[in-house]
Amino acid sequence: MENMVHVFLFGKQYEVPASLTIMGAMEYAGYQLVRGCGCRNGFCGACATIYRIKGDRDLKVCLACQTQVEENMYIATLPFFPLVKQVYDIEKVTPTQQIMMQLYPEIYACIGCNACTKSCTQELNVMQYIAYAQRGDFEKCAEESFDCVMCGVCSSRCPAGISHPQVAMLARRLNGKYLAPKSEHLENRVREIQNGDFKELLEGLMQKPIEEMKELYNNREIEQ
Amino acid sequence: MYTKELLESIKKVEAAREKNVALEPRRMTAEEKETLLRTYHPDYKEGEFAVLSIGPNKGEKVPTELAALLQGNSRVDPAEIDLENPDYDVDVLIIGGGGAGTSAAIEADNAGAKVMIVTKLRMGDANTMMAEGGIQAADKENDSPAIHYLDAFGGGHFAAKPELLYRLVTEAPEAIQWLNNLGVEFDKAPDGTMITTHGGGTSRKRMHAAKDYSGAEIMRTLRDEVLNREIPVVDFTAAIELILDEKGQAAGAVLLNMETKEILVARAKTVIIATGGAGRLHYQGFPTSNHYGATADGLVLAYRAGAKLLYADTLQYHPTGAAYPEQIFGALVTEKVRSLGAKLINVDGEAFMHPLETRDVSAASIIRECSDRGKGVKTPQGYAVWLDTPMIEIKGGPGTIEKRIPAMMRMFGKYDIDIRKQPILVYPTLHYQNGGIDINRECESGVPNLFVAGEAVGGIHGRNRLMGNSLLDIIVFGRNAGKSAAARAQDTTTGALSLEHVSAFQAERSAAGLSDETVSPKLLPDYRRKK
Repeated sequence: MENMVHVFLFGKQYEVPASLTIMGAMEYAGYQLVRGCGCRNGFCGACATIYRIKGDRDLKVCLACQTQVEENMYIATLPFFPLVKQVYDIEKVTPTQQIMMQLYPEIYACIGCNACTKSCTQELNVMQYIAYAQRGDFEKCAEESFDCVMCGVCSSRCPAGISHPQVAMLARRLNGKYLAPKSEHLENRVREIQNGDFKELLEGLMQKPIEEMKELYNNREIEQ
Repeated sequence: MYTKELLESIKKVEAAREKNVALEPRRMTAEEKETLLRTYHPDYKEGEFAVLSIGPNKGEKVPTELAALLQGNSRVDPAEIDLENPDYDVDVLIIGGGGAGTSAAIEADNAGAKVMIVTKLRMGDANTMMAEGGIQAADKENDSPAIHYLDAFGGGHFAAKPELLYRLVTEAPEAIQWLNNLGVEFDKAPDGTMITTHGGGTSRKRMHAAKDYSGAEIMRTLRDEVLNREIPVVDFTAAIELILDEKGQAAGAVLLNMETKEILVARAKTVIIATGGAGRLHYQGFPTSNHYGATADGLVLAYRAGAKLLYADTLQYHPTGAAYPEQIFGALVTEKVRSLGAKLINVDGEAFMHPLETRDVSAASIIRECSDRGKGVKTPQGYAVWLDTPMIEIKGGPGTIEKRIPAMMRMFGKYDIDIRKQPILVYPTLHYQNGGIDINRECESGVPNLFVAGEAVGGIHGRNRLMGNSLLDIIVFGRNAGKSAAARAQDTTTGALSLEHVSAFQAERSAAGLSDETVSPKLLPDYRRKK
């Protein structure tokens, strides 16, 4: 007999195997998921979930696909949260503090309650990356927010109405495009290809008989 | 947290670690690889395939589960669909909101076309989001597109379509540049040099990455760009049948709202299928590293409309799916773990193979270790081998794991396994659909005005794909499909819409004596408890 636990899905009680994730428990209970289920591997942020263990004051958050059920777990999923996403032209913006003031001025209304950090399903220091964004330090904001899956739980807990994942998204794009060092070797190679430098070599390869290609492949030098 | 038995087994891995770190295991010869694949790779398991009795690939074999869907019953009764009053009317209809679909949308939008994306889940719920290890491009001094070509062609068993592979490798550096210019954060040295590593079967270090969130970083950036351009995205809406016009050109799709079940009609001058892979069909009972919607829908739609498939009988089993704990059974353990220095170790503490053979060879080798050789580690789910992650810290220095593969550290950390200190258990997991819809170099299928990009395409990689060539192909072919479809839309006149091909397929089905009740496309797997 499997070890079973009692969970409450949206308040209704079910008995499910203790080894399951919350997502697995919902399916075990009979839910055919459409919402609240994406990659099932902790990357997409579709299955943000809020829970409380009976008798506990703390409200906890997690990704349903990454969290095992516990006895007396009260579960509510948050498959969508209305984040504010400002539209901008990445070619026309500049990586200065000004852009944050213009697109996401509410970040300056942060009261420092740290509810965002406490609620992050990826255990990121959310309030800290917002502080970096306020200062226009996009490199640090990008680094600190890098593992964000944009589930939106932080924003659901924010008294200032900040859409943290979207702020971080902007910071990362600004950093990736404008602030990170340029890759000279990449630009050179793109130019060489546009110049047709490898065309003849490749077309020669494409016309070789398979036996000759096998010979080349099996004896190719492998960089250590 | 490991069981007592597994902790006992780890002791052997630890005892041999010093010796195994220093060891450079021999690579297999071409003959050894061929014998290994024939004996142990799932693609060679005769009983798991069925011969198609109808459609463009009649007489060819495909996995049994796919055969049932390709030859399945339509979800629509053509007589009940009102094609006269379409709910949407666009130039380019893109089915699928992953990396290929969004790349296509951006380029079609650039070309001035009126574009719409439909996706059965959300934009970004796609295998792209879960790609961890990286993206290949030959942009270093010691490398060239020709070497990239040779690696991919050989790794794919010399079966790739040369004209497609040519595009893949020659447009790779530009794809990286395009992404970088959109703001994708690649791992770089302070002077801007891309930090690149090996993947299985590469002869140069050309794997570009964004930690081990490479696909997620690319996907969220592309999604943000689609939103910035205000390209319409109709989410939670699946395409359940293609619509052709009286000339036999693709001209739209019948759509299904996944929540309300409402049927809608989209008319378009050109259609792009970017529906991704098939891991959720669980071929041969394998677990999968794929996202929830990977059910080969695009192949079914295209097949019924008359498009030919190529290499639909070949799948990729990623050698290192998580085998423990059961909550993450089948989840991807990125190849980058091996690129960074972790080796595969059997129950006796032996590094039984070179860690960077191609994926098909590595998977077959692990299956051999866990079957005939009897050197697998017993787990609650079956057998597995160890992947000795602490080797990474020995090789790259303390902190390497946290910096380069934070997602892996987090995934196992949730179950109290610190991969910096303890090895992990792995076994092959269904990862990628090598085959798919046959296309020409402009991304067009055998059906006029029907374009395809991403994992739904067959032929780019031959019969096995190298790590990092899929993130690459969704960008290269996604962009090209978008450009081609937008250009074609400009000089296309769409005739009267028709679903006659659906009725004709149904008739063909009956004539062939197919009477099963399979309905396709599948849309989503059903994981509810079977009572």
